[in-house]
This record gives sequence, structure tokens and C-alpha cells, in this order.
Amino acid sequence: MLPLEHVIGLSAILFVIGMIGVATRRNLIVVLMSIELMLNAVNLAFVGFNRLWPGTAAAPALDGQVFVLMVITVAAAEVAVGLGIVISLFRNRDSVDLEEASLLKW
Amino acid sequence: MVTESSDLLRWIALLPLLAAVFHGVMLALVRRPTPRAFTIGISCGSVVAAFGVACLALTHLLQLPDGERMLVDNVATWIGAGVGQQAFSAELSLQLDPLSAFMALVVTGVGALIHIYSIGYMDDDHREDKGFQRFFCYLNLFTFSMLVLVLADNLVLMFVGWEGVGLCSYLLIGFWYADRWNAYCGSKAFIVNRIGDFGFLLGIFLLFSALSDAGTPTVAFSEIKAGFAAIVERQIAVPAWLPFGPEVGLVNVIALCFFVGACGKSAQIPLYVWLPDAMAGPTPVSALIHAATMVTAGVYMVCRLSFLYAAAPEASAVVAWTGGLTAIFAATIAITQTDIKKVLAYSTVSQLGYMFLAAGCGGYSAAVFHLGTHAFFKALLFLGAGAVILAMHHEQDVTKMGGLHRKLWQTHIVFLMGVLAIAGVPGFSGFFSKDEVLVAAYASSVPGHRFLHAIGLVTAGLTAFYMFRLYFLTFWGECRAPREVREHLHDAAPVVINPLWVLAFFSVFAGLGGLPQVWGDLIGVPNSNSLGHFLTPSLVAAAHHEIEHSTEYWLAALAVGAAGVGALLAWLLYAVRPGLSGQLSASLAGLHRLLFHKYWIDELYDAAIVRPLVRISDRILFRGIDAGLIDGVAVNGSARAVQGLAAHGLKYAQSGLTQGYIFFMIAGAVAIVAFLLR
Repeated sequence: MLPLEHVIGLSAILFVIGMIGVATRRNLIVVLMSIELMLNAVNLAFVGFNRLWPGTAAAPALDGQVFVLMVITVAAAEVAVGLGIVISLFRNRDSVDLEEASLLKW
Repeated sequence: MVTESSDLLRWIALLPLLAAVFHGVMLALVRRPTPRAFTIGISCGSVVAAFGVACLALTHLLQLPDGERMLVDNVATWIGAGVGQQAFSAELSLQLDPLSAFMALVVTGVGALIHIYSIGYMDDDHREDKGFQRFFCYLNLFTFSMLVLVLADNLVLMFVGWEGVGLCSYLLIGFWYADRWNAYCGSKAFIVNRIGDFGFLLGIFLLFSALSDAGTPTVAFSEIKAGFAAIVERQIAVPAWLPFGPEVGLVNVIALCFFVGACGKSAQIPLYVWLPDAMAGPTPVSALIHAATMVTAGVYMVCRLSFLYAAAPEASAVVAWTGGLTAIFAATIAITQTDIKKVLAYSTVSQLGYMFLAAGCGGYSAAVFHLGTHAFFKALLFLGAGAVILAMHHEQDVTKMGGLHRKLWQTHIVFLMGVLAIAGVPGFSGFFSKDEVLVAAYASSVPGHRFLHAIGLVTAGLTAFYMFRLYFLTFWGECRAPREVREHLHDAAPVVINPLWVLAFFSVFAGLGGLPQVWGDLIGVPNSNSLGHFLTPSLVAAAHHEIEHSTEYWLAALAVGAAGVGALLAWLLYAVRPGLSGQLSASLAGLHRLLFHKYWIDELYDAAIVRPLVRISDRILFRGIDAGLIDGVAVNGSARAVQGLAAHGLKYAQSGLTQGYIFFMIAGAVAIVAFLLR
């Protein structure tokens, strides 16, 4: 079976890629996508770690998988809200550049 | 010693408290005063009932064998700490030994009479702020506090009572608070008493810490007495520049600390200044608090701790000398005062000095005896003065009275009884108690005791002089009151006069309760000093010289002679040749002014202590520390610092750029992870 380290390593790589995307890309849609990438990296870590506590055959422990379902649900809702904001921003500013939206400051 | 327990004791103190709480609830929460008859019933009823319970407790006490007379009522544990050998507890418990029983009877007995008198005295008090019920509320609260003070079985509970009576004294002196002067007098009494209480507290702390070092941490009187021997010999180092250094007995220091407390409460030099001003309160208050009971608390405390004072000869000498000097000092001031209540106030200070003189000389039972007789005749004199003041429509200046003996014949008779008693006319109560005080001074081993005795004699003469002066100015000669007052002069209502007759009876005959043996032998009564014998278990006999009976007769004759000279002089100056006193004071103008202005002590304190204190408080404490440091630097300063930092620097972190915030977030997360993985 695939060693746990590989799963966690992949998860970490995906997470950092997503983080860099969030921190550097100006396009709001790409930022949202990067956030999704980070969330999925976390999901992968959940599933991977679940293997450490498999439970018994009669009562398998599925905490990690259940958590992933939870995260996917929240992510769907988050994307819906996020895209709504993107559309609203685009209608007002004719662009989805994050640097354009900096009115809320000193 | 086996001690009997008795649930009666708590009711002595609780009854007045319940009445006070009832009045307090009606006034503060319900905000509707009860009908007067009801107020009177609750208030006077509770004190009379307390007197009844005290009498009942006394009969229980007397049934016990001599030497085991002690009732204890342990209500609850109040403050408890530690276990085993180091356990400490201050119990909420009351004890009735002979001394407490005597005090409780005086407090409730005289207190009940004064409560009844107050019904009449306060009757014309129809002010807006429900004064009538408020007055009785405070008076009941006072009675409760005083009973806690005398019944407490430990120092801490006694201190509660001690503070309670101080509070009630303040409330009642400033009872007519609409007049600023009264409020000022109340504050003065309170603050001067605080100085004394400070000494009292230090005394408790010192005694407790010394006893804990000796392995018996306790504050209960009986246990202190038992464990006291362990600390008698202890010496403590004091700074070398003090005259009596480098070491003094710890007992002396403790005794002096307690005496500072007694000085405050019992108005001795140098803390006596509040008592004359306390006359701003209603007259029944002056009689109850500032003559009969509260001001004698200091004497009671010294007698309660007599075992401590007997072991501290130096401190006792200080007590005796302070008492003696106060006695003569206050008596000289009383000679020239013209306010009827001021004369009596200085007289009280002087008589309290007598009590301390006796206590310091080891005559504890003489001090308690004089305390008791003084409670009767001074309460009588104050209440009599109150009756005069009522008749004169609240005029207190004796130079505007005179010739009242015909119109106020009842007041006149009872007042005369009081005057004869305080002047020490043979047969009256004051004669016997004063005689005992003087004998105690004469026979004691205090340094300079012959001088103290001489001071006592001179004071006896002065006492007779100013009391008869007051009496002649008030009741004889031409009436100097305005005509409309003169025409309506009459004795006060029976509710005012009748308590005076009771007090007059005791002023005359109370001396027989503690008849010194020397007089008992004369009339063939063995063990005539029944009060002294009764009190013996509570008090400690101090070292004194034995003196012959013939010497005692001489001493008594001297005292009577001094009083006679004083009375005769007063008669000459104020009854036979009324003009003479004016000429005399004119030819001795300097002396008269010195005495009339009370040696300018108030002005001296004002200039030396009060005003510098006020100035320091204003300039340094208020403007410097409070307004400058706390308000300026700490409160406003920190606000201004935050404002400056945020407005000129920190706000630029709020850039509005989402990715800037994300960067900070990531940096923070990385920092935390790095910290955790370190």
C-alpha cells in the first residue's frame, strides 16, 4: 500500500501551491480556485490520516472520511458565495482584479 | 473553669438590633414611617426587654458559685483558620462575666430610660425626613453595638461593637444634618475616633502576633488571659533615639496601643477635642452616648484587659497620668463655658479622666464603680439640661437663663441631685466612687502618685465649683430670658420628667451598691463593697500600698473639703454677689480668655494638623497624584499614547489590499507552526 508519508507529502505540496496561488495571483477567480486546492489538500490529509485509526472490522472508524464530506459541503457553499461576490465586483468595477478592490482602508 | 452556656445572652443584643433593622427597612425600603406610637413601642420596648433579659441573665449568673461566674453564648464560628496547634478562630460568641453584666445592665438600664425620655424630647421634631423614626433607628442600633462591645468574648468582636458605636455616634451627632456645623461635628468625632481605633487595631495585631509566637494564637479574652504569662517577659528592641530604649517590654507597647484606642473613644488628652463638639447632637444622644455609655468604652476596655495593664507598670503610669491631667485640664475649661451642654461635656471629659486615673493606678474596680455612678448622675444632668433646654425653647446659653427653680421645680430638684452627686457631697453616689478613685491614686505605686492624688483633689474642688456655678446660673438669680419665653416656662411632660426621677434616685443611692469597706465598718456592715466583690473575678488586683482606715478618713475629709470650697466659691460668686464674677473675670482677663477659648487647643490642632493635612491633600495628593499622576499620566496618558501610535503608524497596516492581509495571516501561521515544531 502507498505509504502514509507520500499521501501527506502530496497533501502538503498541494496546500503550499494553493497558498502561493492565494497570496500571489491578482485574479479573484484564480484565488478562489487556489482556495479550493488548499481545501482539497486538507481533505487528502484527512483521508490519509484516517488510515492510522482504521477501527475494527465490526465497527470501522470513518472519522476522516466523514470530515471530508463535511468540508466538501462547506466548500460548495463557499464557492457559491465567493462567485456571487466575484460577479458583484465585476458588475461594479468591470474587472476581477483584487488590487482594484482596496477601498476599505485608512 | 467550667463555663455555663446560655442562649439568653444573644437576645440582649439581638432585641435592639431587630428594632433597628425594622426601622431601617421601613425607612429605606418601604419609605413610609410607621405611626409614632408603633415606632415608640418597638424601640423602647426592645430596649426595656433587653434590660429584662439582662436582669434574667444576671440572676443566672448570681446562682453560680463565686469565682465561676461566667455565662457563654456561642452563636457561631465567625472567622476560623488553621488546624491543630495553630488553629485560630474568632467566635461570634458573647460572654457574661461580672464586668460584662455590670456594663450590660448600665447600658440597657440607662439606655431604656433615655429611650423613654427621647419620646418626649424628640416629639416636636416634625421635619420632612422622618426624623423621629430615624432617630430611634440610630438609637437602637447604638444600643446593639454597645451591647456587642461589652458582651463580646473576644477582641475582634469587641472591635466590631467599638466601630459600631463610633458609627452611631457619628450618625447621631450629625442628626440634624441640615445645619452644616452639626455635620462638621459628626465628621470631627468620627475622624478623631479613627485615630484611636488605629491604635486599638495595632494593639490587637501586636497581642495576637505575640501570642501566636508563644504558641497560642487566640483573640478570646479568657484564652488570652490563660496564655498571657508566656509573653509577659518579652522585650522588643526600639530605635535607640527614643528616651526609654533600647529595649522595652512588649506588654507595655501592647498596653499603650490599646490605650491610644481608649483615648480616642473616651476623649482623653490629646484626642478629647471631639467630645465637646459632639454636643451638636440631640440632648438624649449626649446623655446616652457621650456621657453614660459609649465614652466609657475605653475605661471598660482597660478594665477588661486589666491583667495586661497590671503586668505593664510603665503603660499604667501613662494611663494614670493621662487620666489625671485630662481630669484637671478639662475641669479648668468647664469653669468658664457658658453653654450648658459644653460645661457638662467638659465635665464628662474630666470625670473620664478620673476613671483612667483610677484604672492606671490599679484601682480597676474603683474605675468601674465611678463609671457606673457617673453613668447615672451625668445622664441625669444631661437629661435635666435637656429639660431646661426644652423649656427655654432650645436656648443653651446659661447667661440667658436664671431663676428657673420656681417654674421648673421638678427639673430643679432632680438637677440638684445630680449636682450634689457629681460634686461628691457625702452620702451621694459620686462621693463614694470619687473617694475610691482618690484612695486608689493615693495608695498606688505609680510614680508620682501623691501628685496624682493632689490633682484629683483639686479637680474635685473644680468640679464642685463649675457644677454649682452651672446650677446657680441656671436656677437662681434673676431670669435673663426674653419675656415671651419667661411667661411660658413650665416643667416638661411626664414622659420627660419621670425618667429623671429614676435617675435621680440612682444618682443618690447607687453609691451604696459599692460602699467602700471603710464606710461599711463605720455603720457596721461587713463586706459592704458588694460591687467590688462582684467584680473581683473579672479584674486583677494591682500592687498597692496598704493604708490605714484613719488615713482614708482624712483623704475623704480632704475631698469633701475641696468640694466644699468649690461649692462655697460658686455660691459666693454666682448666688450671693452675682456682680463679683464679672469683676473677677475682668481682673483676670488673660486667664479667663485662655480658659474661655479652651486653651486654643482646637485652633492649635487646626493650624498644626488639620490645615497642613488639607493642604498636603489638596496640593500633593489631589492635584499632584490624583489629578496629575492617575488622571493625567495613567488614564489620559495611556489613551493619548494609544491614539498617537494608531493614528500615526499602526493605521497604515490597514492597507485595504486583501493579499497583504493574507500575507500577514500566512506569516502568522508559519510563525506558530515554527514555534510548535521548534
